[in-house]
Amino acid sequence: MLLLNAQELCLGYEGKRVASSITFCVRPGDYLFIVGENGSGKSTLMKTVLGLLSPIEGEITLGDGLKHNEIGYLPQQTVVQRDFPASVREVVLSGCLKRSGPCLFYTREDKECAATNMEKLGISALSKHCYRELSGGQQQRVLLARALCAARKILLLDEPVAGLDPKAAMDMYQIIKELNEKHGLTIVMISHDVSAAIKYASHILHIKENSSFFGNKQDYLETDMGKNFSNIGER
Amino acid sequence: MDIMIDKLILYFEYPFVRYALIVSVLISLCASLLGVPLVLKRFSFIGDGLSHVAFGAFAVAVILNPINIMLIIAPITVFCAILLLRTGQNSKIKGDASLAILSVSSLAIGYLLMNVFSTSPNISGDVCATLFGSTSILTLSLLDVWICIIMSIFVIGIFLLFYNRIFSVTFDESFATATGTKASHYNLLIAVVTALVIVLAMNLVGALLVSALIIFPAITAMRIFKSFKGVVICAVIISVVCSTTGLLISILAGTPVGSTIVVTHLCIFAIFTGVKQLTRGRI
Ligand SMILES: Nc1ncnc2c1ncn2[C@@H]1O[C@H](COP(=O)(O)OP(=O)(O)O)[C@@H](O)[C@H]1O
Ligand SMILES: [Mg+2]
Repeated sequence: MLLLNAQELCLGYEGKRVASSITFCVRPGDYLFIVGENGSGKSTLMKTVLGLLSPIEGEITLGDGLKHNEIGYLPQQTVVQRDFPASVREVVLSGCLKRSGPCLFYTREDKECAATNMEKLGISALSKHCYRELSGGQQQRVLLARALCAARKILLLDEPVAGLDPKAAMDMYQIIKELNEKHGLTIVMISHDVSAAIKYASHILHIKENSSFFGNKQDYLETDMGKNFSNIGER
Repeated sequence: MDIMIDKLILYFEYPFVRYALIVSVLISLCASLLGVPLVLKRFSFIGDGLSHVAFGAFAVAVILNPINIMLIIAPITVFCAILLLRTGQNSKIKGDASLAILSVSSLAIGYLLMNVFSTSPNISGDVCATLFGSTSILTLSLLDVWICIIMSIFVIGIFLLFYNRIFSVTFDESFATATGTKASHYNLLIAVVTALVIVLAMNLVGALLVSALIIFPAITAMRIFKSFKGVVICAVIISVVCSTTGLLISILAGTPVGSTIVVTHLCIFAIFTGVKQLTRGRI
């Protein structure tokens, strides 16, 4: 019953190691936070999970019948060219592309799914707007809606609140929490905001150069890294 | 005006003028369709490089003299398209340098071959015709027209069938790959189809001006339209209208076909840019 199972992963680019001995697993319904400093390899880990990179050592398996087209992904940065002509609806719909398997065109279900997800994220009114003319927070919601269309079992988010103002960030955490609790969607989120991790996560993976921690939230609070934070919280 | 219309009617009695019109509409349609993803993916350099390759291949084809020269030009150009795409994606080899080498060498080899082996008394005329497409569009045979029709149906079919995937891969390649679309397959598909269109379009505007047919409609449409679909539809309309107008003008005024068509595209581009500036000023 494991959706994702990673054993002794060693990550990197073209032989250059970024992080090593990462072991973790994700069960249906989990809310996993991946924390760590900038450059510790969080995004690299996510790309490896998605199959965009292959691990240097170790292996990662998708279990419980999870297929690649059931994973939703919100990239850390989407380098969309400044002049790319695309309407919000076109972007969100593109998340549905692989839902219906090898079907080449969007089915009625796909279109309904895109509409529901735009509704969920409060961007229905923007559907005809041009993506590149939206604010950062709005663009992030559009990309999250696209990810939701693809995410039938699990949603991977790479720093979804980076660059958002505090209010928009709170909204984003709230939306994701609801997706996890109400819709039973499994969430894997990268963040370097440990306090948010402690607030929302069920499990935490803390990536450090040589010793990474993986466990549920209670265990994390017992560790040195976690203690610092719980102390700060109590003070 | 009446005289011009009479003149056009007279010209359209000739099959080669009708062939030229059919072929130019079809080729413009295909080139503009592909132009949109190529320009957006910053792949338009491939179009430019391939047009030079096609010129070199043309020289080889003329010498080998097969039943139809397309049979030689098409495979060589497709092969180079794949090669360019591979090196362009490989971060270790600089994509633009290898492209420059390939296109310059193709031009040089093409001219060299034509010079050494050509039996025609007017070599520079031949070279000029291949590069700038001055006459070949008016010397099409029925077979050429059929090849063109079949290839166009193929290109348009591919584009329509894979429209959604082409959008997804063009907009965000890593998301597309992460959710199970084989982005590299579609990049390859686009490159191969582009090669085919370039080979086709060489007849119309000549090797050097092919990239204009690919780039102009997309860039022009992007001035005004803000959705992918809008840009694709607008690019197709612009392209077909410009090429038809350019062809008619060149028949009436006796100017070179390729250059006239490109200048028509340039005019429309200028008009659209002007319109964009005006509307922006108002907001
Ligand atoms: N495409 C790449 N090629 C080579 N090295 C990379 C690439 N992307 C990131 N790196 C390196 O990998 C390390 C981890 O990066 P990343 O996973 O993005 O960190 P983060 O935890 O901040 O998301 C960094 O040192 C970075 O320099
Ligand atoms: Mg990162």
